[in-house]
Order: sequence, then structure tokens, then C-alpha cells
Amino acid sequence: MIRYIIRRLLWAILVLLFVVFLTYVIFFLLPAGDPALRFAGRQPTPAILAQVRHQFGLDKPWYFQYLTFTRNIFLGDQYGWPGLGISFTTRTPLKDIVFGRMFVTMQLAIGAAIVWLSVGIPIGILSALRPRTLYDRTAMGLAIVGISMPVFFIGPLALYIFWFKLGWLPGTGYYPLGQYGFGQWFSHWILPWCVLAVLYAAFYARMTRANLMETMGEDYIRTARAKGISERRVVLKHGLRAGLTPIVTIFGLDLAGLLAGAIITESIFNLPGIGQYTLVSVAQQDLYAILDVTLIASFFVVTANLVVDILYAFLDPRVRYT
Amino acid sequence: MAEPLLEVVDLTVSFPTEDGLVKAVDHVSLTVDSGETLGVVGESGSGKSVSFLTVMGLTNRKSAIVEGKVLFQGVDLLELSPDEFQEFRGKKIGMVFQDPMTSLHPFYKVGDQIAETILAHRGVSKKEAADRAVDMLQRVGIPKPAERAKQYPHEFSGGMRQRAMIAMALSLNPDLLIADEPTTALDVTVQAQILELISRLKEEFNAAVVIITHDLGVVAEYCDHIQVMYAGKIVEKGSAEDIYHASEHPYTWGLLRSIPRLDAEVDRLQPIKGLPPSLIFVPSGCAFHPRCPYAFERCLDEVPELLPTDGMHYTACHLSMSDRERIFHEDVEVRR
Repeated sequence: MIRYIIRRLLWAILVLLFVVFLTYVIFFLLPAGDPALRFAGRQPTPAILAQVRHQFGLDKPWYFQYLTFTRNIFLGDQYGWPGLGISFTTRTPLKDIVFGRMFVTMQLAIGAAIVWLSVGIPIGILSALRPRTLYDRTAMGLAIVGISMPVFFIGPLALYIFWFKLGWLPGTGYYPLGQYGFGQWFSHWILPWCVLAVLYAAFYARMTRANLMETMGEDYIRTARAKGISERRVVLKHGLRAGLTPIVTIFGLDLAGLLAGAIITESIFNLPGIGQYTLVSVAQQDLYAILDVTLIASFFVVTANLVVDILYAFLDPRVRYT
Repeated sequence: MAEPLLEVVDLTVSFPTEDGLVKAVDHVSLTVDSGETLGVVGESGSGKSVSFLTVMGLTNRKSAIVEGKVLFQGVDLLELSPDEFQEFRGKKIGMVFQDPMTSLHPFYKVGDQIAETILAHRGVSKKEAADRAVDMLQRVGIPKPAERAKQYPHEFSGGMRQRAMIAMALSLNPDLLIADEPTTALDVTVQAQILELISRLKEEFNAAVVIITHDLGVVAEYCDHIQVMYAGKIVEKGSAEDIYHASEHPYTWGLLRSIPRLDAEVDRLQPIKGLPPSLIFVPSGCAFHPRCPYAFERCLDEVPELLPTDGMHYTACHLSMSDRERIFHEDVEVRR
């Protein structure tokens, strides 16, 4: 198991290196313009351009630049560890910008995950236990609607209804907990959390229903009933344990995807998270920022895969890694 | 005569489906006395499993229509509420299923799964239940039971898992053990071991046993009585001796001829032609008539009653007594 984890960790690092390399090639070697021009300001003189090139090492061969960038990530640069470079646009260290935005995205992703898990899974369980009843049909019908509605549709719709028309909830923007207190903070998060959670809740409800129904038809459930234990125990202990385990895998990957930035939700609700920053940095050709957000996204996906695989070995005794 | 342990009276189980009503069990009556072994034989879909799943209360109450009576120690189980039924399941009636590979929960340790049954019915501590589980594993012949109890089902072989299932079913010393095709999924050598084990434990635990099987050859040795089912009905019942050496129903003959034998005079097996009937559109008259080589006009429109022919030997067939004896001697006995 330990050997397996070490091997997987080494692979994860290799994957990240490859991702950095690929992003580097796309944005530095095939640029839509000279990176130095972007930094040097309006109508730069050749002398200033040369100075900028020298300052950022842009006059060095590309592989040297790539290695410097990679080394900085692992060993840190003059702004600390990990060395994420500086933004061409704001000329401030990217580390502070990216970490600050990651914190916003985390609040969004984790809050939404709590909403969709606590809504989707119970609905799915009840549906699985009462298949083909009115409740089941209604719930699954609504789930289809939920899956079909994109965030860019329900986001503005929810804002229009609950903020503009009814005035029950505040509008867009990020209100940090420390600065504005719990009430402001929480009320501003309700809509983003719920809007982002709709799709996932619907998807998880359907998945839970399908998994649990399949499990409840298994021979070992019949064995459990034959023991003379209560139906409640049959469902909760024998059914859910096997039925919900596959959902752990999906959840890990979904959460990782969101931690890499929920671009549309963040844009609609004007939340300064990683997703919104991805848009900004691409639009401004802020090369190190693009590299950083790509790196962060791949870091979350790779890590989530690793965590899920290891967790699975603990959840399902049949899975043993060597 | 003392009251039978289990008395099933006129049991009918049907399932409404989109294609029509599936009559899985059709007016079946049977008794099991304390300490006896009953073999229930039939093809897939003959209703043998459904009958006993109903006795266990494991047919879905919502999807199945159940009529008749299931008297266990004088109590009609079909009248009980789900909570009351729980008291009987596992405690007084234990059940072993067909496929031990899928019948144990893959996520829980074998010892814990056995202990769960004990904890559900006895007010004992977890420790006592765990000890009892280890003890049971030992009694079903699993070596190093204390270590094995801490293992998961996938670490057991098929035969070992079936032993564990038997340990689970017998852990509360039930009065009745129902074994639903307990050997079907196992290797031939292991099959004999499992049947041996069931028959030995039956004595030790002083329980009655019902063995459900499609293989008449397997059970003959271990059963006191055998009943043969076809299309949801009992077509013949009697002592193992009666069924094996003086059977009277063409379907039973077909089963007997399908048992492979090395010393047989003919070198080809004679399977029963055709397939088991649809349980929605059951053939008219005797349900077996489309496959019966001896069928005549009466078989097409009149349902034969299950009538006694010789003491406790019952047969549902329109053939005359003399015909049955003649055909059995000429056609069945010599080919076996």
C-alpha cells in the first residue's frame, strides 16, 4: 500500500510536469505577440524591451526559461514558495493573487458540495426505496429538469427572482467573513451555492437512486433480510454501504473540478475566484497567471484522483493495491 | 400424530406483470415434520424457490399476491406484521442460498456477518456474539475459525463461503433450515461435502431441513421425502424410495433419465424435450402435456388432481396405475 502510494505520487508529479510543459509550449512558444511587449507598456523603446526581456529571462533560450519556471515552482522564487511568478498586468506576485482567489473558490465549491450532497443523496435514497411511485417519478422528473438547466440560465434567473423581484436575498459580490460578519457573508453565498448545486444535486439524486436500486436487488441484501434484522438496518447498513461507495469516486472528481474554478458561476455572481481569474488572465494574455491557474487545476484533479483511489481501498475491502 | 413443524396449505403466489399474471406457485400444500429432510425438485421456474422464499417472507409484499396459509409451529406467518415476522426469520427458520459468491456482503467481515444474526435476536454482548460466530465457523468445518472470522468473503473459496452461510443460518439453532440450491454453484467434489455437512448438522442441531434442487440425483441420498414440482404445482410426492424406485409421473421419469450414469446400458442421456412452460400462459389441462410422450386427449383439457396411489405416495397424472407401472419398468428403470 505504501509502495503504491509512493508510486502514484511520483506519477502525479510527472503528470503535473507534463501539464506545465504543455501549457508553457502553448503560451510561450506560440504566443499571440511578444510577451515583453505586454509588460513594457505603450510604445516602448527597443532599449526598454531589451531590459524587460532581460529582467524576465525572455532573452534566454526557451528551455532555459521553462526550467527556471519549473524550478521556481518547486523551490520558490524571490516572492516565496511556491514560486508562481509575477503578473504582467498588476506587476505583483501571483502567489498572493492566486491564493486569495483560491480561498474564494474553495468557499464556493465546498458550500455547493454540502448543498448538493445533502439534497441529492436523500432524494435518491427515497426514490430508490419507492421505485415507480408518484414521489419517485416526480423527483426523477425534476432531476432531469435540473440536469438540463445550465448555470448561465438559472444563475441570472435566480438573481432576477430572489434579488430583483422578491428582494429576499442580496445580489452579487464577495463579502469576506472577517470583514462583514456571518450574516452578510452567508446571505451572499446562498444563491451561488444553490445555483451551482442544482446540476450536481440532480445528477447525484439519479446516481444514488440507480446505485442503491441495483444494490437492493443483490443476493446479499436477501441474505440480510433472511437474518431477521429490521428493514431499516437492511437499507442503512447493508444497502447504503455498497450503494454509496461508487459515489465517493465521482464526488472527489467533481469537487476537484470545481476547486479548479467554477468559471460561469463566479462570473455571474461576480466572485473573485480562480475561475473568474482564468478568464481575466487569458483575456489579458497574462502568461504566468495562465500557467498558474492551469497548474492549479491539474493539481486538484491529479490529487483528487489519488485521494479517491486510496480512499477506495479503505471503503471496499476487495480493492488492494500493490 | 404431532402437529407438523411447517404446514403450507393451498399456497398460491402470483406476480402481476405488464405481460399478465405470473402464477409462480399454484395451490401448493405440503408439510415438514420436525427432524425430517424434505427434498423439493423441479426445473427453473417450477416455483420451488418462490414457495420457500414466501415461507421466509422474502417475496416482496408489494409486488406479490400471496394466498393460502403458512403455518409454522401453528402460527400463520402470512398473517404476521413485518416486525413480528422478523422474530421468525433467522431465529426459527434459517436459509441458505444458491450462490455463496454473491450471498455474503462483500464489505463486511465474515465473522461480523454471522454475529449480526445473533445480535439481532439475542440480547448478548458483541463479544459473545463474535465468539459464537467463531464457534459456528468451527462447527461447519472451517479451519482456523478465529482468523477466518476476521476475513472478508472474497478471501474465502466458494465451498468455504457456503459453509459460512450455513454457519450463519444455523447460528441461532433454528427449527427449520431451508437450503435453496445449496450446491448448484459449487464444484462437484465440494457439493458432496456441503450435503454431508448439512445432513450432519441437521442431527447436531436437531433441525428439519428442506433442500431445494433441480438435481434429483443429488438429494435422493439425503432426503426422507421428496416432492416434484412443475409449473408451480406439485406433480408427485412421496418417500425418497417411492420417487427413486417407483415413480409414477412422466415428469419425474424425465428427471430420472436425465441423471448421468457411468454404468447405464444406453450411452446417451435422454433429456426432457422442450422448455419449461410460461407461467403466464400455462398449458391447458396437465401443464406437462406438451412435453409428455405419454399424453392423451384427457391430458389436454382436464387438470389432474394430486391423488394418493400407495400410502403417502401422491401423483397428479391421468395415466392408469397399470400404465404407470408398465412404463416405469419398461422405459425408465432399465435405462438407469
